[in-house]
Amino acid sequence: MAYVREERGWARLILITVSFLFVALMLILPLAQVLSKAFEHGIKPFWEAVSDEYSVKAARLSALTAILAVLLNTFFGIAAAWAITRFAFRGKGFLITIIDIPFAVSPVIAGLVFVMTFGRLGWAYPFLQEHDLKIIFATPGLVLATIFVTLPFVAREIIPVLAARGTDEEEAAVLMGAGLWRTFWKVTLPHIRWALLYGIILCSARAMGEFGAVSVVSGHLRGKTNTLPLHIEILFREYHTLQSFSVATILVIVAILILIARHVVERVGRKEAEYYVR
Amino acid sequence: MSRFFIALLALPLALGWALAPASTAWAAPRELTNISYDPTRELYDEYNKAFTAHWLESQGEEIAIVQSHGGSSKQARTVIEGNEADVVTLALAIDITAIEEAGLIKAGWREEFPDNSCPYTSTIVFLVRKGNPKNIKDWGDLVREGVGVITPNPKTSGGARWNYLAAWAYADRLYNHDEAKVIDFMKKLFANVLVLDAGARGSTNTFVQNGQGDALLAWENEAYLALAETPDQFEIVAPPTSILAEPPVAIVDENADKKGTRDLATAYLQYLYSENGQRIAGKHFYRPSNPAIAQEFKDVFTLSMELITIDDPLFGGWDIAQEKHFNDGGVFDRIYSND
Repeated sequence: MAYVREERGWARLILITVSFLFVALMLILPLAQVLSKAFEHGIKPFWEAVSDEYSVKAARLSALTAILAVLLNTFFGIAAAWAITRFAFRGKGFLITIIDIPFAVSPVIAGLVFVMTFGRLGWAYPFLQEHDLKIIFATPGLVLATIFVTLPFVAREIIPVLAARGTDEEEAAVLMGAGLWRTFWKVTLPHIRWALLYGIILCSARAMGEFGAVSVVSGHLRGKTNTLPLHIEILFREYHTLQSFSVATILVIVAILILIARHVVERVGRKEAEYYVR
Repeated sequence: MSRFFIALLALPLALGWALAPASTAWAAPRELTNISYDPTRELYDEYNKAFTAHWLESQGEEIAIVQSHGGSSKQARTVIEGNEADVVTLALAIDITAIEEAGLIKAGWREEFPDNSCPYTSTIVFLVRKGNPKNIKDWGDLVREGVGVITPNPKTSGGARWNYLAAWAYADRLYNHDEAKVIDFMKKLFANVLVLDAGARGSTNTFVQNGQGDALLAWENEAYLALAETPDQFEIVAPPTSILAEPPVAIVDENADKKGTRDLATAYLQYLYSENGQRIAGKHFYRPSNPAIAQEFKDVFTLSMELITIDDPLFGGWDIAQEKHFNDGGVFDRIYSND
C-alpha cells in the first residue's frame, strides 16, 4: 500500500470524500427516506400496512417464487458449471455465452417472450388450454420469469472456482473407485461450497426484488400473482404512500440480511481457502 | 459434508411447501376476477365485501372476488393476452373495445347495462393550494400569467387527454367554436404547464409532494384521494364547465362462459346500479349514475357543473378525438411545439 501514501494528500482526500458522498447520496439517503416515511406516523400504521392480508400474501408469494427459482437455478448452475469445466464438448463456448444472456437482455423483454409464448396469443396457448394449465398470470409464470433473470448467478460463481482447481483430485477419486456421484459429493462439492452459497445468496437477492419481468407476466391479481415489488408499486400508485413505503421496508430488511449473509460467507470462505492453502 | 448440503436443499423445499397456497380445490368457493384500473381500489374493496354478503344472503353461496389494478390500457392488454378476468371495470370505453376486438367480449356490451354500461362517472377538476391564493375558479384563470399548471402528458396518459379535452370544451364555448382562437387558448394553457409528467400519479406527486404549481388538473375522484392523503393543504375547485368521464364495465364473455361464472358476473355488475352499489361509488368520490343517489352527495360533488361527453359533436367520440388531437402530427403536437 506504499503508493497510496506517496499520493498527494488532497487527491486522496477528494477521492475518498467523493466516494462517500456518492454512496450517501445515491444509496443511503433514498433508503433512509424509505424508512423515515414508513415510520412517519409511528409503528402502528407501519404494522397495519405490513400485516395487511394482501401484503402478507405478496410476501409469501415472493418468498415462494424466489425459493423455487433459486432451487432450480442452483441445480442448473451446478450442472452447467460441472459440464463446462469437466468435459470437452462442442458448443461449450456457445453455452458459456448464452448463460450470460439475462445480464444483457432487459427483464421486460424476458417477460414479453413468455407472454408471447404462453399467453392467449402465443403458440403454446391451445396446448395449455387443452390440458387446463395456466402459466402466464399465475405462479408458474412468475417462477419462470424469475428463473430467467437469475439464471447466471450460481453458474457464474462456481465456474471460476472449478476451473481454477483443475481436475486432479477428481481424477484421483475416480481412479480409486469412486463413482461420479460420490466424487461430486465428496470431492467437488466441498471445494465449491462457499462459491455456491455466495451464488445462491446473490441469486436470492435478485429473485426477491425482481420487478420488470415479473410485472409483465403477473397480471397483478391481488392475493394471487402480486409479488412484493409489484404490491409496493401498486400501493404507491393508489395514493397509499405510507403503506407502500412500509411494505418496501420488508424488502429493505431482507436486502440487509442478505448483505450480512454475503459478508459472512465471504469471510468464512476466504478463511477456509487460506487454511487449505496452508 | 453432504449432510450440510442435504439440509441446504431440504430447507427451501420445506419452506416452499409451507408457503405454497393451501390447495383445497374441492371446497374452494367460486371465484370472480375483476380487472380494474388504478384508483378504484378502495371503491372495489368495499363494493366486493358488500356484493359477497349480498350474494351469500340472496343465493346462499360463498364466493371469492379477486381484484387487479393497474393502468387501464395495460390492464386491457393483459386480458387480451390471457389474464382471465370475468369482468372488466376500466377507465375508457376504448380499452374495453380493444378487448372486444380481440374476440373476448361480444359486440353490444355498451347496451348490456344501463347508462352505456357506466354505473358511475367522474369529471376533471382542479386541485389548488389551501385558500386558493391564485384565485383559480375556471379554466380561463389557468392561462393567466404567473399561474403554474400541472397535468400529465396527453401523449402518454389517458387521464391527461380528459384534462386537455375539458379545457378544449371550455374554450370552444368561450370563443363560439372559433378553432383558431381555441388553439390559441390551448397554447397559452400549455405554456403555463410547469411539468408534463408521463402519468397521472407522477403529476400528483409533482404537485403534492414536490410542491410545484398552483393548480393540478385531475380526475375528481383522484383529487379527493390526494386530498384525503394530505389533509389541510389543498382544496378542490370545480370549474363551471368540464368533461364527463364515463368509466365503463363489461362481462368478459369468453372467460365467464369458460369458467361458468356468467350468472355471477352479471349479478356483480348489476349490483353496481343498486342503491347500495351507487352509494358505495359516491362514497369513494365517483359520481353515481342514479340521479337520486347523486343528490345525496350534493355536498361532495358540484352537481351543477356542465359536463360535456366525448360523444358530443364537438369531439365526435374517442376514435375521432384521438386521431384529431393526440396522434402524431395532431393538434396537440402543434399546440405544444411552440411554433
